[in-house]
Amino acid sequence: MSDDKLIIAGIEFNSRLWVGTGKYKDFAETKKAIEASGTDVVTVSVRRVNIIDKGKENLLDYIDPKKYKILPNTAGCYTAKDAIRTAMLAAEAGITKLVKLEVIGDEKTLFPDNEATLEAAKVLMKEGLIVLPYVSDDPIMAKKLVAIGCPAVMPLAAPIGSGLGIRNPYNLRIIMETVKVPIIVDAGVGTASDVALAMELGCDAVLLNTAIAGAKDPIAMAEAMKYGVLAGRLAYKAGRIPKKLYATASSPLDGMVGT
Amino acid sequence: MTITLNGEKKQVPDNITVLGLLEHLKVRHQRVAVELNMEIVKKDVYGATPVKEGDSLEVVSFMAGGCAQARLEIAN
Repeated sequence: MSDDKLIIAGIEFNSRLWVGTGKYKDFAETKKAIEASGTDVVTVSVRRVNIIDKGKENLLDYIDPKKYKILPNTAGCYTAKDAIRTAMLAAEAGITKLVKLEVIGDEKTLFPDNEATLEAAKVLMKEGLIVLPYVSDDPIMAKKLVAIGCPAVMPLAAPIGSGLGIRNPYNLRIIMETVKVPIIVDAGVGTASDVALAMELGCDAVLLNTAIAGAKDPIAMAEAMKYGVLAGRLAYKAGRIPKKLYATASSPLDGMVGT
Repeated sequence: MTITLNGEKKQVPDNITVLGLLEHLKVRHQRVAVELNMEIVKKDVYGATPVKEGDSLEVVSFMAGGCAQARLEIAN
């Protein structure tokens, strides 16, 4: 599997499991979970620096940007304007041109505002950013985002943090047949079998946060997710048997006692 | 003089640049991005960009976060 690299906009990714850094107990736990997951991509948010409490530790003291690819996101933005502003600031911080574009449409579902996402993506692509958009599992939106130059699309599996797993595997398959860029399932998975399923469907990677950070033992769940992704990817590449209604014997019938 | 820094009024020394202000605040400026009155200030002109009375500055950096969370949960 070492030659099975994911490449997006010329950037090589060693891991097909991408993880968020939110909701952990502390930075030490974040670091351990990230190490256990085997990932080389971590997402971070862009927030105001704490001017008053300067002694406070910074996430990047624990997550070395030389070791991990930092993927800033526009989490919490509800308009294209705010998302553009946040993404431009992220790029200016000087670590990466990658951005996970999120424009949230609704507080209750945290579903993306697809229209505003497309609008923001257009502007940010023109500004030279590498935009990876979080979007509904909608093949038409995926097609529109790819048409304006997005090098990957990140459809949701289920609402963010819900742990419901892959709600619509058929839409994900249609998205993969519709666009020829990497598909990264983003949000909604709950456990290792969910990520394995996403990978078995042929998705290129999975991004998750709450499923690890919210588990009783985040470090153990991070490791489980690592194997879930590896198992799912291997099974996809191996090519599963077709589903059939009736049995097919797996032992030879020749030479049976009494024949 | 008084400026608005990350949404709050703050007293800072007169005749200061963006670079001087970050040093005054002891902020590690390698990993931040700065907006002055809604315009991004490029890192290479921090030292040549004056901050004036009444200016509004945003100083941001990368924080913990995965998917969408409440906007100001981690901000302060």
